[in-house]
Amino acid sequence: MADGKPTTFTLSCPVPRVADDRIVLAHGGGGRLTHQLIEKIFLPAFSNPALDQRHDGAVLPLDGLTPGSRLAFTTDSFVVRPLIFPGGNIGDLAVNGTVNDLAMCGARPLFLSAGFILEEGLEMETLRTVVTSMQEAAAKAGVQLVTGDTKVVDKGKGDGIFINTSGIGVVESGAGLINGFERARLQPRHQQPRKTGALAPEGRPLAAIGPASVEPGDAVIISGDLGRHGIAILSVREGLEFESPILSDTASVWPAVEALLNAGIEIHCLRDLTRGGLATTLNEIAGDRNVCIKLEEALIPVDEVVEGACEILGLDPLYVANEGRFAVFVPEAQANAALDVLKKVEVSRASVRIGKVEETPGRTVVLQSRIGGNRVVDMLSGEQLPRIC
Amino acid sequence: MKFLSEYRDQKAAEQLAQAIRAKVTRPWTIMEICGGQTYTIVKSGLEDLLPREITLVHGPGCPVCVTPIELIDKAVAIAQRPDVIFSSFGDMLRVPGSSKSLFDVKAEGADVRIVYSPLDALKLAKTNPERQVVFFAVGFETTAPANAMAAWQADHDSVENFSLLVSHVLVPPAMQALLSSENCVVQGFLAAGHVCTVMGYEEYIPIAARYKVPIVVTGFEPLDLLEGILMTVTQLEEGRHEVENQYSRAVRREGNRPAQERIAEVFEITPRQWRGLGEIPASGFQLRGRFQKYDANLRFPSSGEPAHESPECIAGLILQGIKKPHDCPAFAVKCTPENPLGAPMVSSEGACAAYYHYGRRQTHDVHTELPSPASR
Repeated sequence: MADGKPTTFTLSCPVPRVADDRIVLAHGGGGRLTHQLIEKIFLPAFSNPALDQRHDGAVLPLDGLTPGSRLAFTTDSFVVRPLIFPGGNIGDLAVNGTVNDLAMCGARPLFLSAGFILEEGLEMETLRTVVTSMQEAAAKAGVQLVTGDTKVVDKGKGDGIFINTSGIGVVESGAGLINGFERARLQPRHQQPRKTGALAPEGRPLAAIGPASVEPGDAVIISGDLGRHGIAILSVREGLEFESPILSDTASVWPAVEALLNAGIEIHCLRDLTRGGLATTLNEIAGDRNVCIKLEEALIPVDEVVEGACEILGLDPLYVANEGRFAVFVPEAQANAALDVLKKVEVSRASVRIGKVEETPGRTVVLQSRIGGNRVVDMLSGEQLPRIC
Repeated sequence: MKFLSEYRDQKAAEQLAQAIRAKVTRPWTIMEICGGQTYTIVKSGLEDLLPREITLVHGPGCPVCVTPIELIDKAVAIAQRPDVIFSSFGDMLRVPGSSKSLFDVKAEGADVRIVYSPLDALKLAKTNPERQVVFFAVGFETTAPANAMAAWQADHDSVENFSLLVSHVLVPPAMQALLSSENCVVQGFLAAGHVCTVMGYEEYIPIAARYKVPIVVTGFEPLDLLEGILMTVTQLEEGRHEVENQYSRAVRREGNRPAQERIAEVFEITPRQWRGLGEIPASGFQLRGRFQKYDANLRFPSSGEPAHESPECIAGLILQGIKKPHDCPAFAVKCTPENPLGAPMVSSEGACAAYYHYGRRQTHDVHTELPSPASR
C-alpha cells in the first residue's frame, strides 16, 4: 500500500450449498434456511390466521365463551424412538397427546404450540411426514397450531426429532368447575360434602373433573383395550413380527369426552392411560384419594396379539403405554349410561367397565385374577424390564 | 388366547383347588424351583386358593438372584471399558453389584444394551467390528442352548470381537445342596418345566429316591401350578416320592437331545458360586476347549477389587426357602425395587420383588412410602 491506493481484493468463497434433502445446522440458525423451512414445510401445513402473522407469539380470540368458562393449559414433550411406527409417528402423537391431556381436564382443545428440536442430518422427507401427520391430527381434533419454534442440534445430540407441544383448551361453564385440588387440599375426604347436587355457598356446583372427585362407589370404565401403543413401538424396536401387525392406538379422545359432557354424565375423573399404563394411573388416583380401586382381570380387554407379545417380552399389559385410551370414573348409578354414550363414539366404542372404587384398604389397587386370587397392582418401579426366561 | 387362556380358567382352577383341599390332611411345605413359577403364583394370587396346610416356598431358580456379586462387579467393570458394547437380558441391568449396577454405568455413559437373545448380541458384534461385544450369559439350563449356539455360531463365522461372560448354573446340584442342608424345610418340589424341556427329567430320579422327596415337573400357568401342587400333595399324602411330569405338553423324559448336544459341545461342568448360597460343586457351565477364546472372563482380566454384599440382605435364607420376604426387616422399607439391597428384589422372578409388586397382603401397611406419582 505504498502508493496509498487501497488494494482491492475479492472474497471468493464458494456459494453455500442449500441443503434441501436433510436438516443442517443452519435450518435452526434463524437465517435464510430457517425461513425456507418455515415457508416450505410448516406454514403450508398449519396455515391459520394466527400462525400466518409470523409474529413472535400468537394473539388469540376467545369468542363465544359463556361466562364462567375457564382455560385449561398443558404441555408435553415427545421423544419416541422410532420416529415412525405402526399406526402413527411422533407427529400425530405430539398432537394427540396434548389434545388428550386437555380432554382429561374436560376441556375442549383449541390451540397448540409446537417446539421442534431437530437433529442435524435428519431427512427432510421424515420431517415432512411428521408435519403432515401433525396437520392431519390437528384437523381431526379441531385444534389450530398457532405458534412454534425450531432448533437444530449437532448430529448425535438428538434422536432425529424431539417435539414439545403445549395446548390451550376451554372448560365450558357447565362442565364442572370448582378446582378439585383446592377441595381436596382444604378438607379430608370424609369431611367433604357429597358431590351430587351439592352447591358451594356462591351457588356453583361442587363438580370438578379430577382425581379429587373420585369417591368410593364410583365405577371405573376404560375406553378400549390396552397396550397397543407400547407394543407397536416395542415390536419395531425388537424386530418382532406378528401375523396381524399391532398398530398404535394414538388418537384424540376428545370426541368421547365431549359426548359424555353433552350427555350430562357426572364425570368424577378422567385420566389418559399413557406412560406407565392403567396400573400407574390407577395407583396415582388411589394414592391421591386414599381409596381402594378393585379390578377384575377377566374384564380388562387386551388384544390377543398384544397379550402374546407381552408374554414373549415378559411385560405386563397393565403397565404398557396407550395413546388413545382413558379411564373415566362415574357414580355407579351412571355407569351404564356412560357406557352407552361412549360406545356410540368411534374412539371409545370398545369401552368397558373394569372395576369399582371402595373405601378400604386405602391407597391400593387390587386385582382379582382370572383364577380368582387377589393381588396388589403396584406402581411400576423404574422401567419394565424384559425377563430372562 | 390359545395355550394361554385355557390354563387361566377360573372354573378349572377352582376344581383343582377343591381337589387339593380334599387331598390334604396335614401341613406340607412345597418349593417351586423356578422364579417364573414364583411370578405366576404371586401374580395370579394363587395362594388364595390353597388350603392353609400348604406352604409354598420359593426356590433359587432366579438367574438374576443367584448370579454372584463378583460377576456383577466384573460385568460392570467390562461395561465401563470404552471399547466394549455390553449386552444383557434386561433384568440383569438393575442388579446391584458392590457399588454399582449396569444401569448406573449406563447412565454414566457406558454402552450397555438390552437384547432378547444372545444371537442378537452376536449380530451386534458383526455390525460393530471395531468394538468388543460382550454378552452376559446368565441363566439355568433353559438359556444354555441359545448361549451355546451364540458361541458356536461365533466360532463358525470366525467372529473375533464377541465374547460371553458366563455365569450358567444348574438346577439339580442346587436341589441337592438344599436337601443336604440341616435347615431344609422342603418336603416336595415343583421342578422347573422349562429347564426340563431342555434337559428332560431323568437326572431328578436319583434325587427323589435318595432324599425321599416327590418331584413334579411343573409348567408356568396358574393351572399348571395347581395341578403340580395337587400331584405333589397326592404323593406326600400317599407316602410316595417319585418324579412325575405335569408339564407333558412341553417336557419329554429325555428332554431336547439336539439342544443337550450343543450344550455339551460348547460347555463343560464347573463348580459355581451362587449368590446367597455359596459355592456348589459341579453346579454350573463354563466354556470348554476351543470355545474358551470367547470367555470374557479371560479376555478382560479382573482388577481384583474384593466384592461386598449388603449386610442387611437375607437373600441366602430367602433362596433356600428358610425365610419369606416378609420376614426380612429391610423388606419394603430399606429394600425396594427402586433401591434393591439384594438381587431377589430386582427381577420380577425374584421372590422379594414378586412379593413387593404383587403379593403384599392388604393388612400390611407398606404403602406409606409410595413413590411420588409420575407425571407425563
